[in-house]
Parts: sequence; C-alpha cells; structure tokens
Amino acid sequence: MVKWSDKERAIISSIFASLDYEDVGPKALSRCLIVYPWTQRYFGAFGNLSNAAAIMGNPKIAAHGVKVLHGLDRALKNMDNIVETYAELSILHSETLHVDPDNFKLLADCLTIVIAARMGSSFTPDTQLAFQKFLAVVVSALGKQYC
Amino acid sequence: MLSTKQKELIAEIWGGLTPVAEDIGADALLRMFASYPGTKTYFSHLDISPRSAHLLSHGKKIVLAIAEGAKDISQLTVTLAPLQTLHAYQLRIDPTNFKLFSHCMLVTLACHMGDDFTPVAHAAMDKYLSAFAAVLAEKYR
Repeated sequence: MVKWSDKERAIISSIFASLDYEDVGPKALSRCLIVYPWTQRYFGAFGNLSNAAAIMGNPKIAAHGVKVLHGLDRALKNMDNIVETYAELSILHSETLHVDPDNFKLLADCLTIVIAARMGSSFTPDTQLAFQKFLAVVVSALGKQYC
Repeated sequence: MLSTKQKELIAEIWGGLTPVAEDIGADALLRMFASYPGTKTYFSHLDISPRSAHLLSHGKKIVLAIAEGAKDISQLTVTLAPLQTLHAYQLRIDPTNFKLFSHCMLVTLACHMGDDFTPVAHAAMDKYLSAFAAVLAEKYR
C-alpha cells in the first residue's frame, strides 16, 4: 500500500480543490493527442482530429477530457486504496477499450504540464513531486488488471 | 523529424530564454533532483541546494548548450560533438536520465511560459529535447 505524508495529501487536495475541470480536462486530453499523435488511435469515432486547432476545438474530445479528469476524483477520495478503487476501470481499459497502458503515463505527463502552466511558480518542485507520485499510483493501478 | 516551422519555433523560444538561462536551468535541475533522487548521484561533488552558485552555473551551462543547438538543429551532431565526447567518456551519465531531465525542463517551460507553452510548442520542444538527448548519447557505445 502506498504511504502518503500529510504534506503530500495537503498538496494533492489543494490542487484538486482549485481545479477547473471544464478547462483542464479538455486541455490535458487535447495536449496528449497533439504531443503524442499515436494516441489518436483510440479516438477514431471522435470526429475531426486532423490538426492541432481541430483537436483543441473538438467538442467530443473536450467532453471526454472532462470525464477522464473526473476519473481522478476516485483516487482523491480513496488515496489509501487506489489499486482496488481502479480495478474495474483497469479491466474496462484492458478488455473493452484495449488501451496500451503506456498511454496512461503520456496523459499523466500532459496533465502535469497543464497544471504547471496554470500554477506557474507555485508549482514548486515539491508540488510536482507529490502530484507526479499521485498520478504514478493511479497509472499503475489502471494497468494492474491487464493480463 | 522536425518540420521547418517546428525548428523556427524552437529557435525562437530558446533565443528568448537565453537571458534567463541560469534560472531556467537551475529550476529544471531542482525539479529533477526532487522528483528523481537517483539523479543527484551525479552531483555529489557539487552544492546543488536551491540558488547555490554551482546549481545556477550548471543550469546556465546546460540551457546555453540546448539554446546553441536550437540555432541550427540540422547541425546538431556537429554542434554537440565536444559534449558527446564529454558525456561518453568522462561524465558517463546513464542516458535514461536525459529523459528525466527533459521532462523536468518541459515542466519548467510550462511554469515559465504559462499559456504560451501551447500544445504545438510542447510537441516541438519534446521532439527537440529527445533528438538532443539521442545525439548526446551517440558516442556511448
């Protein structure tokens, strides 16, 4: 089981408390599709992804970005039990969506960059560390049920 | 492969960062040391505490090298030849660390540039830093 210090819990709660899901979700997902274009393979039914502007203006991608970001709420509410919390979603991503688990890290990195851009200098090295640890645990849990 | 537009964008961004090379470089290094403590092992001979003279000068060195490479990306192998030799035979930094540093540099750029660090800029920068790291490791074996 992952151990969280009080400081880490505080940092992570604080990031989510001031998070604008409607803004950050779409930004993180569209950034992932632009920076790592091979991730577009999972979004064939989402309409126009032909260039960066199309991706950033795509309403289906935006909606999905919000959904994915809210997916992190479960980890926030169950920080001491993230592996079990994501078991079902892991199976979904493996057996239904067939997503290569390496992609989870790519999205996590893009989310980190979006949050960093919003927080500027208050996204300190310690904040980055705590947030990356949180995302790494979620990413690992999402890949856990693949077989 | 970097497109002409991407090369121009990268040259522009790094040109603008040269005046603050110290701060950018030191910030990226600090992030790397915090997130990936194993990277500190290469710096046991230096004082890498925040704002230390060593950290600032080392950060500056790295950023200026990256900025120099950005001026003519098609000549990266030529520009980096001395650094290739240094990293291969003297420093022998495990190349996995280049990825860790690149990631932290991207975070530093995001914090510094905010919305100006657009997805398009991010994509170009990620490609450039990967290419830079690959060239740097070319003489390793």
